[in-house]
Amino acid sequence: MTENVLEVHELAKRFRRGELYNSLRDLVPALTGRLFRGKEDGSLKEREFWALRGVSFSVECGEAFGIIGGNGAGKSTILKLLTGIMRPTTGSIRVAGRISALIEVSAGFHQDLTGRENIYLNGAILGMTRDEIQKRFDAIVDFSGLEEFIDTPVKRYSSGMFARLGFSVAAHVDPDVLLVDEVLSVGDYLFQRKCMERMHAVIRNGATVVFVSHNLREVANLCQRSLLLEHGHVETIGPTSEVIQAYYKSTESQRSGGVNGEDKQVMITRVSVYDDTGPQVEFESGSKLHVTVQARAMAIHDDMSVVIQIVDENQYPVFDTCTQRLGAGAIRLESDQMLICTFELNLNLASGTFHVNAFLYRYLTEQNYDRWISAATFFVSGAPEVRGIVTLRPKLAECRVDNTAEFEIVNQTFASGISYD
Amino acid sequence: MVDGLKELFDRRDLLYIVTWREIKIKYKQSVMGMAWAVLMPCIIVCAGLIVRFAFARLSGNPLTLADLAFVAVKAAPWAFFVSALRFGANSLVANTNLVTKVYMPRLVFPIAAVFSQLFDFVVAGVVITVFLVISGVGVSVHLIWVPVLIVLLVLLATAFAIMFSAATLFFRDVKYIVEVILTFAIFFTPVFYESHLFGPWAPLLLVNPVSPLLEGLSTVVILHQSPPLFWFVYSSVVTAVLFILALLMFQKLDPFFAESI
Repeated sequence: MTENVLEVHELAKRFRRGELYNSLRDLVPALTGRLFRGKEDGSLKEREFWALRGVSFSVECGEAFGIIGGNGAGKSTILKLLTGIMRPTTGSIRVAGRISALIEVSAGFHQDLTGRENIYLNGAILGMTRDEIQKRFDAIVDFSGLEEFIDTPVKRYSSGMFARLGFSVAAHVDPDVLLVDEVLSVGDYLFQRKCMERMHAVIRNGATVVFVSHNLREVANLCQRSLLLEHGHVETIGPTSEVIQAYYKSTESQRSGGVNGEDKQVMITRVSVYDDTGPQVEFESGSKLHVTVQARAMAIHDDMSVVIQIVDENQYPVFDTCTQRLGAGAIRLESDQMLICTFELNLNLASGTFHVNAFLYRYLTEQNYDRWISAATFFVSGAPEVRGIVTLRPKLAECRVDNTAEFEIVNQTFASGISYD
Repeated sequence: MVDGLKELFDRRDLLYIVTWREIKIKYKQSVMGMAWAVLMPCIIVCAGLIVRFAFARLSGNPLTLADLAFVAVKAAPWAFFVSALRFGANSLVANTNLVTKVYMPRLVFPIAAVFSQLFDFVVAGVVITVFLVISGVGVSVHLIWVPVLIVLLVLLATAFAIMFSAATLFFRDVKYIVEVILTFAIFFTPVFYESHLFGPWAPLLLVNPVSPLLEGLSTVVILHQSPPLFWFVYSSVVTAVLFILALLMFQKLDPFFAESI
């Protein structure tokens, strides 16, 4: 089981900025160069840049491997090279077996064809034979939940239906290596869960998965090992939790000076989350969380307070507090002084991904001196007994069957208002 | 080149389904549907008939049923050839989405474009066969040349479609150039007339590799003779060379498709 099914060696891809050919003068050499390209020398010409450079990694059979990185780090380029849509400038890719991609799952659809016809078309595009599609047709339709509309042209579909059908076809291809891009954000909550379950099933069945996502929790959940890409090169490669930490560190250091790009006279310089053992990304539900905010002033500022806000994955505010409400009074900072402020929180959150926003707020004029959105991110795990955003630490006080209590509806417990099933 | 053809063979179901898609969408949301496949070649044959009628009036020779048969036998394959090239040249650009987002053997696109036009040609062929039977052209052993000539015509159209599709991807100019050439080509191809009308200049018309194939078809079907061997060999060699060149060129350019489209 330790055989590598995917080996990528010193991968590099060069792109060109701007229009391909600006004049006849560079067209002719480009054309001839294309047809009779000599040995690649790995140098950059005018307007060219490396989208990827020196990327090497290997994925073992049956492993789930994550690729993370910010926008423009080269994630999509890697996937396009792996699938064979593009050819690397230099370097090599070795794949053992059939590679299939859950990327752009609806690309093969034709608007004028019906759902049924599109299943055949897309299935063939993704590498299935007609027999295979025939055999899996019912399963695909069933998975998509679009039985009623299967003979309707897909141009009449909603975008959600469109994407669901696309994913359903793609999910029924049996690959040896499965590449997954951000496709799991398709459809409603129920469908997303179905997709996630399908992914887990694919992994259980022994397929190798390369997973590219911004959803770090899913990566952490699915992949044992990951790779952090930054500006086209491998920044870190290793166990997922370490890679995710490195990712947060790097986004922290990349932060620009101010909200509007103007020179700030006072700014938040650092926001970190940690537990007793030091900086952390993953916390157990119910544990203690410390949030430290550091700020620095270039001139005198007074009447300030520090606000921290915790938002969930969808940026929905879960909680906020500030130094003033906690009784610290107005803060005054002189030039070159540093403010360090630590909040201790009880992490009564259900499992999920959360972000910390920090503000330097002036109550008198109701203005923000500085703000830092998504200054830190952490995951909460545990609390399997609850769903939702927070945990109210439920305990089962009573659960009995009683024949005499017919008219006695006193201790009725209402459903939480969030129902998933 | 062999790898490319092997991959195409492995994915023949894909080729089948993409061809079927092209045929299907061509007639979707049209009231007459498949009837267009019959009507279009009929219109081209009619255009040829008008030309022949004018010839007959000017030269004083009466228009015979054989003349009509000549036009019908050549106009339908010509219509196929023209539309296959036109459609083929656009085939990669029309599928930008698939070229840039999904991996598949891209040879499928120009070939499916030609095959979908071939479907129309087959429909037209049935109509013409009925017409020929009615006009009493008769049969002979020379009819075994028909499939050979048609296969050559399809291969030639495929070669051009493959080349033009790749060239159009890089330079959209090619699309317009092909359009212009195809518009004028009917004057330089013996479709509505026979090359022997030009006497000593006839070979000049037959240099066009399509011409010997079209003339060959009419010779075989109507005159019941085998086609002139020299020109047949000439066309076959040109077709084979162009086909191999097209495959080599396509293979060479394929890796740059996604980033250049």
